[in-house]
Amino acid sequence: MADGRAFVKRPWGARLVLSSAWLGLIMLAALAAPWIAPKDPLAQDLFLGRLPPFWVSGTEPGYYLGTDSLGRDVLSRMIYGTRIALTVALVAGSITCLIGATLGLLAGYLRGWIDVVISRFVDIWMAFPPVLFSILLIAVIGPGLMSIIIAIVVIDWTRFARVVRAEAMAQGAMDYVASAQVAGRGRIGIMLREILPNVLPTVVVLLTLEMGIAVIVEAILSFVNLSISTDDPTWGGMIAEGRASVHQAWWVLVFPLITLFLTVLSFSQLGEGLKDRFDPVLR
Amino acid sequence: MSFLSIRNLSVRIRGSDTRLLRSVSFEVDAGEVHGLVGESGAGKSMIGKAILGILPKAVEVVEGQIWLDGVDLLTLPPALRRSRIGASCALIPQDPLTALNPSRRIGGQITDRLVDILGWTRARADARALELLAEVQITDPARVLRAYPHELSGGMRQRILIASAFAAEPKLIIADEPTTALDVTVQKEILRLIAAMQARHGTALLFVTHDLGVVSKVCQSLLVLYGGLVVETAAVRDFFAAPQHPYARALLAATPKYTDPAASLIPVPDAVIQQTKAQVDAADGAWRHG
Repeated sequence: MADGRAFVKRPWGARLVLSSAWLGLIMLAALAAPWIAPKDPLAQDLFLGRLPPFWVSGTEPGYYLGTDSLGRDVLSRMIYGTRIALTVALVAGSITCLIGATLGLLAGYLRGWIDVVISRFVDIWMAFPPVLFSILLIAVIGPGLMSIIIAIVVIDWTRFARVVRAEAMAQGAMDYVASAQVAGRGRIGIMLREILPNVLPTVVVLLTLEMGIAVIVEAILSFVNLSISTDDPTWGGMIAEGRASVHQAWWVLVFPLITLFLTVLSFSQLGEGLKDRFDPVLR
Repeated sequence: MSFLSIRNLSVRIRGSDTRLLRSVSFEVDAGEVHGLVGESGAGKSMIGKAILGILPKAVEVVEGQIWLDGVDLLTLPPALRRSRIGASCALIPQDPLTALNPSRRIGGQITDRLVDILGWTRARADARALELLAEVQITDPARVLRAYPHELSGGMRQRILIASAFAAEPKLIIADEPTTALDVTVQKEILRLIAAMQARHGTALLFVTHDLGVVSKVCQSLLVLYGGLVVETAAVRDFFAAPQHPYARALLAATPKYTDPAASLIPVPDAVIQQTKAQVDAADGAWRHG
């Protein structure tokens, strides 16, 4: 049999190593925040306002990445900010994925009136401008972590539904589906056992992408002050604050921004990396 | 009654009155190899799909009966029909590249039916799968069972599909152009394998092809389709000695002669096509008014 492809184990690509390393670090920071944060993230000290990071002269020891205009430690706030960012990414991403992918799979494989209903619903849903939609939503249900999660789910499930539907349709036309039908398997059985494993790689990529998007949406909503209360440390909130004082204290803006950027990038690269490594078709 | 008896079967595109199969009738005995011949779009695959209940969603059966082993499949409720087809029929599909699920290992894809429909234990099904792979001359079957489809060549996958089709000892196998997607050297091996397996298991085989050369080697009887209309049904020996219908005669004359490379290809004459088309139209007219 065999060309040797079966035995070539692909090495873990750089993108998979780097992205999972960064996300692991972030996750560790979120879990261990009370023990590793050098200061209390909420403690203000107006005498220590706008201290620069440790390598610039004129700073106080212990404030490694400086302080914001209220004298709160930037590093500690960033560490605590990981908690909200990751909660939003994991919870909102998973729920969005579950709802969207399920509807997409049903529409794409079963077709018929189910497809018509779901697809028209998606079309109508996607016609709403998403940012306005989320602001409106949060204005109605009130700000808070829960509201952000709901807003993300409500806006983004259509992305999953669309892509998974197309993929399920393509898979449904394959001969192996006909063979399974001849072998006496019912429609739901075929959907779960034949189609689902083949759309899963796409779903994984979309899911990690969505987690990155969720982090960004949370930041955007913090930026327009619709996220969690302003005291609670979030990356978006810090970026919004830092913007006001960027000429006097660039570090308040730059560090959360870099963290946000790396996290979103890592999520999308993680998805691609996982697909490359575990999709048996590409392998 | 014959083992498989198709009576007056018509299918059409949903919501149109264009029939894709025009009152097709034929009989296949148990253990017989029956060829379905015709040019592309003649409806030969459609017959197989109608029997197996896997017509595309846009196509529906208008009328007719499909008697399999004494039961008209079209009158059965869907679930019962599915399990009956699953227990007694199997498909050898055209394209071995898409006929195996790319994300599942070979073993499970062969044993599914044994476990699901026949209720075998997994161990017994696995042992049977090993046996079958050996029977279709795959070396190192144990390793192939654990492999994914993309790790195997096209010819190998077609062998697996053949093994899988014979797994549950079906009484009828529909081979839908099983060699079309393979290259010529492999085609011959696969044909020989299908013929050998069929003879050993005594399965009735419906062989869909556009290659009359293949029919002459594998089949005992055949029918020729044009535009969904059966223009000729005959025993293979009689057909090759003296085809009756002008279209069938022209088709046979058009078969390339490999022994004489200098001979030019003979197309089916226009007059014959016009005549056959007229026959199709006449059949449609009679059907609408009858």
